[in-house]
Amino acid sequence: MSFLSVENLSLRIRGDGARLLRSVTLAVRPGEVMGLVGESGAGKSMIGKAILGILPRAVELSGGRIVLEGQDLGTLPAAERRRVIGAKAALIPQDPLTALNPSRRIGPQITDRLVDILGWDRARAEARAADLLAEVQIPQPARVMRSYPHELSGGMRQRVLIASAFAAEPKLIVADEPTTALDVTVQKQILRLIRQMQERHGTALLFVTHDLGVVSKVCQNLTVLYAGAVVERATVGAFFAGPAHPYSRALLAATPKYTDPTGSLTPVPEAVVAAVRAEVVAMDEAEDG
Amino acid sequence: MDDLYQVSDLRLSLADMTAKPLFGTAPRLEILKGLSFTIPKGEVVGIVGGSGSGKSTLGRAMVRLLEPSGGSIRFAGTDITHLDETALRPLRRRFQMIFQDPMSSLNPRHTVNRLIGAPLALHGFDGIAARVDRALDHVGLPRSFKARFPHELSGGQRQRVGIARAIAMEPEFILADEIVSGLDVSSQAQVLNLLEQLVRDLGLTLAFISHDLSVIRRLCARTIVLHHGEIVENRPTADLFAAPAAAYTRDLLEAIPLPDPGQVWD
Repeated sequence: MSFLSVENLSLRIRGDGARLLRSVTLAVRPGEVMGLVGESGAGKSMIGKAILGILPRAVELSGGRIVLEGQDLGTLPAAERRRVIGAKAALIPQDPLTALNPSRRIGPQITDRLVDILGWDRARAEARAADLLAEVQIPQPARVMRSYPHELSGGMRQRVLIASAFAAEPKLIVADEPTTALDVTVQKQILRLIRQMQERHGTALLFVTHDLGVVSKVCQNLTVLYAGAVVERATVGAFFAGPAHPYSRALLAATPKYTDPTGSLTPVPEAVVAAVRAEVVAMDEAEDG
Repeated sequence: MDDLYQVSDLRLSLADMTAKPLFGTAPRLEILKGLSFTIPKGEVVGIVGGSGSGKSTLGRAMVRLLEPSGGSIRFAGTDITHLDETALRPLRRRFQMIFQDPMSSLNPRHTVNRLIGAPLALHGFDGIAARVDRALDHVGLPRSFKARFPHELSGGQRQRVGIARAIAMEPEFILADEIVSGLDVSSQAQVLNLLEQLVRDLGLTLAFISHDLSVIRRLCARTIVLHHGEIVENRPTADLFAAPAAAYTRDLLEAIPLPDPGQVWD
């Protein structure tokens, strides 16, 4: 039984009808870590945004549905939908500096969602926030709660956002390129922390990234996207042993590996791009009839 | 082989504005703490380090966007450490820079033609139209792109315009600061292959700043590892990867997530 089920989800730009997602289907079981991989513009972040109900105004849902723990989000009134998503799902965003309000202290930025969405009293929310900051290995949580975002390093800010995402004990977290802005040594610490937290809390994780190296460290399964369409679904073991789709194979070949002494890097060949484009166009034509 | 760059005991400090008292001057923050190295003509050298290691500051000092506070930088035999802008002007053509984010380093209101052509005019080149065409040919962009604006290009194409603008000046040295870190792996592979070919064809000397050791390994003959403003290693890339000497280099290497679930990563 999956906790999250995305069924034939299609998104378009409002007005001109350009397709962003093409009938995407994916399922995430409780506690599963699913990687969403693709190049920029593949639509991987859009899936996360659709699930969390934070699509940009210019994007409309043109087909399909999102089911969270048996509830079809599309059938709920807006206020109810926000409450359901807020209680069951959370986001770890990419850029910890823009995700935090620069003019407010860290503490209230974590406790607000607990107070506003879940109706906790402030004292309980503050105690919970301090516990979580300690859990994400932030030294002196009480001092950090009184700090402003600019007083913390990038790695510390990302820890704050991880604590904040886990605050309401969501059953699903969407992590949207959470370590892209960090350097490799900090990235390693943060990825391990996300995995530890995820295992300890039994949270399902939808991990959006362009980095196949990161996927191989963090995820159990992955979904490869191209131009808003699912190209391949696989377990991490099977994928890295040999991807099934030519596009996935080419993407893997273009990923740098410092252990490869020749260091050769092959861009995705134009023939492979043309073939996967043709597949997508065929899908569109089938849909349009 | 002649050294194009000779850097000795380079120091650079900047005002630490976060620690500035309301009245009075800000304390100095030492970014580069006495770096010495040379870059021979025709070499591709990688400069690697974590955030805050000083790698971009070093690059900016080498092309004199920043003035060092101590030590010296010699470029092609000339001491450029404290040259003023007038004296630097004729030299500037000879060391070019390609920036990380082409969207913010290319003027969004200018066409590709003007982006590549204007610096040529500024430095008194003749036959500018032909030079722009040739630069576009070199980076594999169609000449029809001259009429385009930066927003009409993909990330990889914009970065090619940045490269075309640099090589059009016929420089001896190019500094590339994290120029592939914003690109998808496929565009990244294309840009790296292009750079490698240009270095070979045009006989360029290149310093390639990156936080990504996999990319450095692909491109650079020698690697300088920076940590807290000091050089911790400066060795041929193959040696460095075979047996990293400094603990910091080992940490950097081991932290890279390889696309391989079998990698030990703890």
